[in-house]
Amino acid sequence: MIHEGVLRHRNARYLWVALLLILGSAVLYSTQRGLRPAGGGTWQGYVLGTIGALMIVWLAWLGIRKRSYSSTVGTTAGWTSAHIYLGIALMAVATLHCAAKFGWNVHTLAYVLMSAVVLSGMFGVYAYLSFPQKLSENRTGGSRAKLFAELYALDNEGREVARHCSASINTAVKSSIERTAIGGGVINQLLGRDRSLFILEDAGDESAKNGLTNNKDQQELIAYVSNRIPRVDKGVEAPNLESLLLILCRRQAVLRRIHRDIQLNAWLKLWLYVHVPLTIALLVALSIHILTTFFYW
Amino acid sequence: MGEKYKIAIVGAGPAGLSAAARAAEIDAKAKRSSPTYILLEGSPAHAKTIQRYQKGKHVMAEPSYLDLRSDLRFAAGKRELILNNWKEDYSRLGIHIRFDAAVRKITGKLGDFLIETGREAISAETVVLAIGLEGNPRKIGVPGEELAVQYQLDDPKEFTDETILVVGAGDAAIENALALSEQNDVWIVNRGKEFARAKDKNLSDVLAAINNGDSRLDCLYEARIKQIEARPNLSPPFSVVLDTAGGEKTIECHRVIARLGAEPPRKFVESIGINFPNARSDAIPNLSSRYESNVPGVYIIGSLAGYPLIKQAMNQGYDVAEFINGNDIKPADFPLVECQLRGLPFDLDPDVMLARFKGRIPMFGALNALAFRELVIESEVRVSYASNADFQAASSRVAKLIAANAAAGKRPRVTRVIREGDVIYKAGEFGTSFFTIVSGDVTLKPIEAGAVESQLHLGEFFGEMSLLSGRPRTETAIAGAACILVETPRRTMLKLMNSNEDVRKGIDWIFVVRELQRQFAPHATFAELRSIAANLKIQKYKAGDVVFTEGQIGDCLYVVRSGGITLTRKRDGQDALVAQIPSGELVGELALMGDPQRRETAKAAVASELIEVKRQAFVELTERGDARVLARLQEGASRRVTDIARMMVQPEAGSTMNFMMADGLGEATDVLIIDESLCVGCDNCEKACAETHGGIKRLDRKAGVTFANVHIPVACRHCEQPHCMKDCPPNAIRRSVTGEVFIDDTCIGCGNCQSNCPYGVIRMEYDAPKKPSLLAWLIAGLGPGLGEEPHYHPTAAAKDKGKKAVKCDACIDVKNGPACVKACPTGAAIRVGPSQFLDMIEERGR
Repeated sequence: MIHEGVLRHRNARYLWVALLLILGSAVLYSTQRGLRPAGGGTWQGYVLGTIGALMIVWLAWLGIRKRSYSSTVGTTAGWTSAHIYLGIALMAVATLHCAAKFGWNVHTLAYVLMSAVVLSGMFGVYAYLSFPQKLSENRTGGSRAKLFAELYALDNEGREVARHCSASINTAVKSSIERTAIGGGVINQLLGRDRSLFILEDAGDESAKNGLTNNKDQQELIAYVSNRIPRVDKGVEAPNLESLLLILCRRQAVLRRIHRDIQLNAWLKLWLYVHVPLTIALLVALSIHILTTFFYW
Repeated sequence: MGEKYKIAIVGAGPAGLSAAARAAEIDAKAKRSSPTYILLEGSPAHAKTIQRYQKGKHVMAEPSYLDLRSDLRFAAGKRELILNNWKEDYSRLGIHIRFDAAVRKITGKLGDFLIETGREAISAETVVLAIGLEGNPRKIGVPGEELAVQYQLDDPKEFTDETILVVGAGDAAIENALALSEQNDVWIVNRGKEFARAKDKNLSDVLAAINNGDSRLDCLYEARIKQIEARPNLSPPFSVVLDTAGGEKTIECHRVIARLGAEPPRKFVESIGINFPNARSDAIPNLSSRYESNVPGVYIIGSLAGYPLIKQAMNQGYDVAEFINGNDIKPADFPLVECQLRGLPFDLDPDVMLARFKGRIPMFGALNALAFRELVIESEVRVSYASNADFQAASSRVAKLIAANAAAGKRPRVTRVIREGDVIYKAGEFGTSFFTIVSGDVTLKPIEAGAVESQLHLGEFFGEMSLLSGRPRTETAIAGAACILVETPRRTMLKLMNSNEDVRKGIDWIFVVRELQRQFAPHATFAELRSIAANLKIQKYKAGDVVFTEGQIGDCLYVVRSGGITLTRKRDGQDALVAQIPSGELVGELALMGDPQRRETAKAAVASELIEVKRQAFVELTERGDARVLARLQEGASRRVTDIARMMVQPEAGSTMNFMMADGLGEATDVLIIDESLCVGCDNCEKACAETHGGIKRLDRKAGVTFANVHIPVACRHCEQPHCMKDCPPNAIRRSVTGEVFIDDTCIGCGNCQSNCPYGVIRMEYDAPKKPSLLAWLIAGLGPGLGEEPHYHPTAAAKDKGKKAVKCDACIDVKNGPACVKACPTGAAIRVGPSQFLDMIEERGR
């Protein structure tokens, strides 16, 4: 009733179910002796195969059950808990079914796809167990929308203060705000890459011709501004630059949180985009595998 | 002048117009050449109060169950339409009406009254006062007032780019100021520090506008106008000097609008010889059932008689004209009363029955006949029968009545026929209605094991506990033989308590007596507890108020009548929350059980009412001789101390509880809470909610507040005393017996509930269009997919129906419980009540 994670659902009853299943399958497998070698062809192999196939269909059915909101067959959390434990048990059942006999054929393809699905699922379990907490800590009680709101407020503040500074500082700050890169494609999100840029007017020759300089983590810009402070010509510049520096550092902190939020979220969600298409492929390969075994008969 | 009439009607509002219209029709039927009545109106046009409504205001036609009986038209609609319709009607009927004829004095007696306006004197046999409550607008009372001040605002758009002062802090002043500030610079001159009398929506709107730097509205608090001077040939043309908290201030403005309410016409009414029952400003003169006052021949109808609704006023106008002409008709709501009483075993005139009932209930002695009648009409009447034959006879009578009405397209309330021994309500059920026993007995069985049953008899009442605190019923009520009950809904009861001091005191007192019985002396009788109860005080607290402070010496305990209290202890200079006490429990009881020093500070988490029980009363109560009571109290106290200790050793738990209380969970009964360490953001909860609720989701997962992994999304908490229910005109928001607060389909989309909800959980939305099935979407990609379609396009039919209020209803219609919890794949979403808060928080600590 009170919050319990998906693995501990109902005192991890599905763990016991899975263990029992693995045990039963192992016992069944061990009864294979005699003329025919162990594998999918014996009656034990057929039984294990049927169990495995039914399990695969039931495991895939979670996608439908989780979207059947009026269903009274258990709860989604219960189904998910069972899905995880029995999905792992599937590896054992399938391996015992085929007695680890592989080749370059559609049957092994089905096995490989199944393993990929289960392994991606295991990564998913790891992701679901560890990332939400990290996400929550990174957000410190706020939300992503709140972080962005903070960022926009800082952007406005920064623009306002920069207006009172020298032209090159103004350009640098404005361009850094406009060219702050957040998120991006899948790889950028996963790696948390920051391709932010800014325009450094009096740059040396390492930078691109239009003055665009790398501003990863806003670091170059901060260095630029902080270097100006002890070198100001007019006294009135210094306090402006100092408050600007403060704003830029706060911005850097918020952006770090946002980047981390995006990165964690990407890892949290991405595996499902691998898990589900592989499952569809598995179902196709499985159907072909089952169909062709009838030809052997 | 020598004009003599049978009836002189004073005031051409809906009541007066209706009376005149009826009198005109009676004359027409009798083919009289000259009218036997005259309608006098002080202003130049009819319906002065409604003329003063803001342009375009929507006027409602409550109560919906009452039929209109008048020769004039009336239905809900815009102010302009209603006024126009009346004008057409009274012109068509040729009503004898005289404008600009303000009545200054009425003297004389039945058969020979003299009515003096400024210019003439009119004689009449009878007088009907339909002058309403508005009276003349109150003036500011400062020099220069006549130059610049106006007392009403017809069209806020009339002025542009002016500087305007609005004097007043009530709803009218706020509405005018907000409307004007769209095109003008507006100052509100508020005599006080806040807007205490304003409706919730107006209050939040005006504060938002004042605090918003971009708006053109500002407020001067604790300010009064001292004088107004003209500035000839200058713009703006007036200079206003004000006394403010920060000294004198002068503002130049174009006009001043004073919305200070109106002088009630009480003095004028009393000058005729009419008596009011007391000095309170909301007192209503005593009237007979024909609206005749204590002065024979003078009748009072409309808001002055205590009926502020237009439809009722019009019905009364019709009725009074008939009565005066000697026609003893039944009032327009007579069929309603008839239906209510049809199931009773008496063959008496319903009015006679009502009079008898009223006489049996001492607490209602102060109500006038009309008010009692209205109470019964808004309530449900139940009657129990012992013998099966009687039960069947009554049931078939009532069934015939229902059928006859259904044929005419009506569904009035009818008597509810039950058997002796039937359960009226069960302990643990949610219900907020109040029961009065007009005849027979009722047995109450409290929920606690071994507690004593009590029997209530005619003239007594029950159910007040849930009425006042919003808690579930603490006892089971069983109908005795031949009992007749009047079940009154909460809104009506609260209205009655607010307008009638005797009723309020009576109910408060019984509440206290029964609470004392429940907590301390289950075997004591009412008589024994009566004197103790009379001496106990009920204290009211606003959210955040302190009840007692840590370190004080305490000499009393408190029973939480309604609301919730938090206990905090100082630790390292900080306030750590150590307990949360819901309504129905005790606070500070240890001070009377061995530890006189308060170990915690007690604060009201939400608006609360507490019964204070001092040591002497406590000793008297517990000395009743039942050792079990004291043992139970001590057990409760030691449990409380242990809980507090548990919270003390987990400071994070206290902070989390603090956070939850700050978000208003102190008044929640069923709230959705998400564990952020388990939530993966899949939004399946929102999708499930939308798919089981017509495509509109009732919760916003991402929104809401978070603290230490506890996230409270924006969704209804089913408060103990729901704010949304406060002001629902069609009474569409109700609470089921299992506690869910839901909105039914009689919602008219007025938005009051949305404004009143402090947690922003109610949305006003059109119906969502139907979507293709799940399989069609999964396989063929048809439709927008699961969950609420963002920016959906409602069909023309849905747009016609209008926006209706939608909110979480705890899946009252969905099998197997809340969809959000059942759809969460990781177990992050749970729904809890306050009794589980502590367990939930402690789990985190483990």
